[in-house]
Amino acid sequence: MYDRWLFDLANRRQLTYILPVKIHEYQAKAVLARFGVPVPRSEVTFSADNVADIARKLGGNISVVKAQIHAGGRGKGGGVKVAKSPEEAQQFAKSILGMTLVTHQTGPAGKKVGRLLIEEGLQIDRELYVSIVIDRASASPVIIASAAGGMDIEEVAASHPEKILRETVQRGTGLLPFESRKLAFGMGLDGAAAGKFVKVLASLYEAFMATDASMIEINPLVLTKEGNLLALDAKVSFDDSALYRHPELKELRDESEEDPLEVEASKFSLNYIRLDGNIGCMVNGAGLAMATMDIIKLAGGEPANFLDVGGGANAEQIRNAFKILMSDANVEAVLINIFGGILRCDVLAQGVIAAVKDLGVLVPIVIRMEGTNVEEGKRLLQESGLNFATADSMGEAASKVVALAAAPKGTK
Amino acid sequence: MAVLLDRNTRLVVQGLTGREGTFHAKAAAAYGTTVVGGVTPGKGGTTHEDWPIFNSVHDAVRETGANASVLFVPPPAAADAIMEATDAGIPLAVCITEGIPTVDMLKVWTFMEGKKTRLVGPNCPGVITAGQAKAGIIPGHICKEGRIGIVSKSGTLTYEAIHQLSKQGMGQTTCIGIGGDPLIGTNFIDALRLFAGDPDTEAVIMIGEIGGTAEQEAAAYIKSEFKKPVVGFIAGQTAPPGRRMGHAGAIIAGGQGTAAEKMEALTKAGVRVAKSPADMGAAMKEVLGR
Repeated sequence: MYDRWLFDLANRRQLTYILPVKIHEYQAKAVLARFGVPVPRSEVTFSADNVADIARKLGGNISVVKAQIHAGGRGKGGGVKVAKSPEEAQQFAKSILGMTLVTHQTGPAGKKVGRLLIEEGLQIDRELYVSIVIDRASASPVIIASAAGGMDIEEVAASHPEKILRETVQRGTGLLPFESRKLAFGMGLDGAAAGKFVKVLASLYEAFMATDASMIEINPLVLTKEGNLLALDAKVSFDDSALYRHPELKELRDESEEDPLEVEASKFSLNYIRLDGNIGCMVNGAGLAMATMDIIKLAGGEPANFLDVGGGANAEQIRNAFKILMSDANVEAVLINIFGGILRCDVLAQGVIAAVKDLGVLVPIVIRMEGTNVEEGKRLLQESGLNFATADSMGEAASKVVALAAAPKGTK
Repeated sequence: MAVLLDRNTRLVVQGLTGREGTFHAKAAAAYGTTVVGGVTPGKGGTTHEDWPIFNSVHDAVRETGANASVLFVPPPAAADAIMEATDAGIPLAVCITEGIPTVDMLKVWTFMEGKKTRLVGPNCPGVITAGQAKAGIIPGHICKEGRIGIVSKSGTLTYEAIHQLSKQGMGQTTCIGIGGDPLIGTNFIDALRLFAGDPDTEAVIMIGEIGGTAEQEAAAYIKSEFKKPVVGFIAGQTAPPGRRMGHAGAIIAGGQGTAAEKMEALTKAGVRVAKSPADMGAAMKEVLGR
């Protein structure tokens, strides 16, 4: 086992820096249904043409057309419509598919709808909320439930904290039926519904542990007029550290939902998050990378990204990082902040010089490096003949890069 | 005196025969740490770089008197390796490995309850006691002996803090990288308690980041019990919500775990919070009135 995993920093990063997998509602429901969680009958489609047929198959009258994007607030944004006939379902499908849906979670650019879930209509009596996450303080799974389902749970927690029920699960025993009953009766369910809730929650808990989920959220969990309990919506995300043992879940990733540059960066095992500013950052270490964003902001600038090249970064990684940074058209200046411990500053400097020459990087670059062989590194940068500014501290580096990014074009 | 590691430390390296294990075992020995051997199941009885290799931590403890372990074990095997070290009764296990599944860490927590082993990490740069011993990947040459303790969720920010202290003419007792995962063995309060009991540690730099509430809990502890001066910094003041910033635990979820709330809690507890990561050393100098 030990030998098969050639354990160097580069490999370690490949294991861990795949993007966290978020999945669509229909995929989440399919995963949960495998563990016995009841979900409405439904069918996913990538085309609007067959929607009337699907709606007829599901029972004919009322059906729901739901846009499948990786963001909440779809209903308010016009991405979820209740149709009174198969024909109307088809009409709705035509208008929703291909639209750019803007919700409070998508950002102003919105997300293009490429998939639809057509679902049977239900006679809803009550809407509940239930979720499972890991509580850091007790290092235990915790179940959160509320009778106020169907609403933004953060708002409920803020305005009516008494409506939020919590049950911490003991690691040794796992979820016990009496704990589920406490929640069920706490939400005011009667005996029959409480019995069903215990079963649903047991299935959710089993799914959580078996899939290495990091969160399962059912909002709403509906009680129908017929007395059935079903997951009407489902959000599931997985612990990316555990994906190596769930190849089937990795397949659920929808790259069209992610920022293309972030997808590209993940292929190079670079930990990159795109932001709105104009100062590109290249840093080693996640904490230092966050702190570098912070100090740019303190100096009056806006970071264009978070980028951790890792402790074991080499010339090739520096080059990959530059490629990603320079693909963002907003970047007007770059700050490189490296604390060389294991990574030597002279090696870093050589990597930067080579990448800037090869890729023809034109924007001004401020380099702050510290640590092993720093003097040699600085000498290499100065003698390169390239347009580098160096700085001796993070504060100085931030001021310099902010000034360069703010300078009018043509004077840089 | 310092904490966790000192001249009496006898370090065993789990995963010594791997590339990272070998590199950092050598660096630890070069720093003056007594490295007594390694554990790689299946390679027991062999030697690697002149160190004896054992099949189990139990064997290593029995044969070498190891009293601390550092783990360079790949993620799928790391939780098991932590539990093995615990079962062998090692007082200190420092796990460097990044990317251990959370469900595996839940097992580790259950297994370690009531046992005497202290876990530092996982997903951390390790521990170094300046001038005495190190377990992990913190470069020894940047540290110098002194009277400041450091506890941090971040590796490179720890280096940054050490560097700034050195520039201000201050050295360190022990630097503890507690790690950036959501579930870690030693938290801020545990580390602060150790520093509270160490007469050599005069003051502490505490480096936190977005995500969770460990910093707020530490603030409450500092306010009620911790008497030594503390300088704090929180990384991620500009991090967008809902995005994981490198470390598995560094995420603002449901509006909670922001840098602002952590900085406020620490400030209210009497911690001198540096807004800028460049000011940690200067803030310490100011707090100590030098």
